[in-house]
Amino acid sequence: MIEIKKLVKSFKKNKILKELDLSIKKGEKIALIGSNGAGKTTLIRCILGEYTYDGEVSIDKKHPRHHRTDVLKNIGFVPQLPPPLKMPVGSLIEFSAKISQTKESHIIKIAKDLGLDVLPIKKQPFFKLSGGQKQKLLIAIALGRDCPILIMDEPAANLDPQARAVLFKILAQKPQDTIMLISSHRLDEVASLVNRVIELDQGIIILDDMVSDNVDMAQKLLCTLTFNKKTDSFAKNLIDWNLKKSQDGITFKGEIAGADRLKFLSLVSRYASSLKEIQLTEK
Amino acid sequence: MKQLIQTCLLDINESIRAKWFLVYSLVFGGLMVMLFAFGLTESRVTGFTGLSRLLITYIQLSMAIMPIFVLISTVRSLAGDKEAGVFEYLLSLPVSLSAWFWGKMIGRFFTVFIPVFVAMLPVIIIGGISGYDIPWKIFFFYTSFLISLSWCFLGLSMLISTLAKSVDVAQGFAFFLWLLLLLLLDLIFLGLIMQQTSMPNTVITIALLNPLQVFRTASMMLFDSQLVLIGPAAFLILDTFGNTMYLIWAIVYPFILGTISAVIGYITFKRGDLL
Repeated sequence: MIEIKKLVKSFKKNKILKELDLSIKKGEKIALIGSNGAGKTTLIRCILGEYTYDGEVSIDKKHPRHHRTDVLKNIGFVPQLPPPLKMPVGSLIEFSAKISQTKESHIIKIAKDLGLDVLPIKKQPFFKLSGGQKQKLLIAIALGRDCPILIMDEPAANLDPQARAVLFKILAQKPQDTIMLISSHRLDEVASLVNRVIELDQGIIILDDMVSDNVDMAQKLLCTLTFNKKTDSFAKNLIDWNLKKSQDGITFKGEIAGADRLKFLSLVSRYASSLKEIQLTEK
Repeated sequence: MKQLIQTCLLDINESIRAKWFLVYSLVFGGLMVMLFAFGLTESRVTGFTGLSRLLITYIQLSMAIMPIFVLISTVRSLAGDKEAGVFEYLLSLPVSLSAWFWGKMIGRFFTVFIPVFVAMLPVIIIGGISGYDIPWKIFFFYTSFLISLSWCFLGLSMLISTLAKSVDVAQGFAFFLWLLLLLLLDLIFLGLIMQQTSMPNTVITIALLNPLQVFRTASMMLFDSQLVLIGPAAFLILDTFGNTMYLIWAIVYPFILGTISAVIGYITFKRGDLL
């Protein structure tokens, strides 16, 4: 569905993408990882037709610049940094819905599922929302369009664990043949969402691997942690993950999203020496 | 067409919430209030009285203020939006580049033209109620000149915004352009050239190509002014072209200049990186 051949993008003499070849089939969920300057955002912008380039990029056999509207009708995009739009939230939703020929109510419903009630903030300028609210709204606009391709740049970065769990659930409900391209600095943020990992470094693909995709994104894990002593900083982190502290202050219980398991375990690993018991049970 | 209208409405929506629009509207509204308050309708200077006197002062001031406001505010917001990631997001939506570019330009046109125009309306209404003779011919032509001049500077701003890579460069270039056109006004540089050398054709060409000069000469003509206010180049032009031809030129030329600049801007925008 997405074919990239010998893609080169340079800014003056600085070559950002170096003869990149990539083929993405329907149903592939890809983690696009790499450090800053690896070329992730540039690659996304070439796919979206926002940059000119040498080489070939085609989406469903269409050129993203020559058939711009046809191509972009099929792509839902969530940027890494929310744009500083002055327009009210209601106007942004209205504009996006009309341009993308979708229903405003659909976007508003997804926003609500993500924990963002649009009605009270409809007249508020977009740039005055909190980081999490902006992210939720942009995700809702992208997902509300029912596109066969989703491109998301660090989509879960500003979301709280509950909103992340809902996002994973919504992504899980997308048709099986939906393409997802999720860009992130860290694999653990998105590992459970994908079945393929592509790592970029200085404009070339250094890793392209299929990964196990038997994780149910909508699944929940029951989690119990017991520590051998009270650790305030970790307790705060666990409460942020919506885990409840017991009377003794050393046991925490709650639910986490199945797709968040790697991210959660990497947090727990930082306090491994204080950990007495851990239990994760699929619900 | 639907996309163009949506983009146009989006730009109007964004503009009326921006600080520049508030300042811009206050400047022109305040200007009219001040002119009224200081009794310019009653004064008699170089042959102008009543509302004509007020309008001519407003014209002179708007000629100085409007172009720089249009240039700076447009390049700042367009180049700024590009830098801040607004384009990255909005251009990821399925909107065609032509609808985006021209929708933005038309939307911006309304936001720069309407405050200047609306500021004149109460004066005409109050003037009419108070029993002044309303100079309708002047009002009609002046409105046409304003439309043409704001479109012209908007086109130039769109071109600068697409060519410049950053807000600073765009702003610097816009300011330089305004200064250059101001310098080439009849009473400043052109007058000097006329006095020191004898190149009337060159001087007339420069004067005819400078949209500020064209606007100024044509608007002064409307008041049947004494030619001392116009300057030597304008005097020669009027002598050569005649009033009617010059009025047509003053409406058509800035509009064409703005359109050509915008078309070049659009082609550059379409062919290059959008961000």
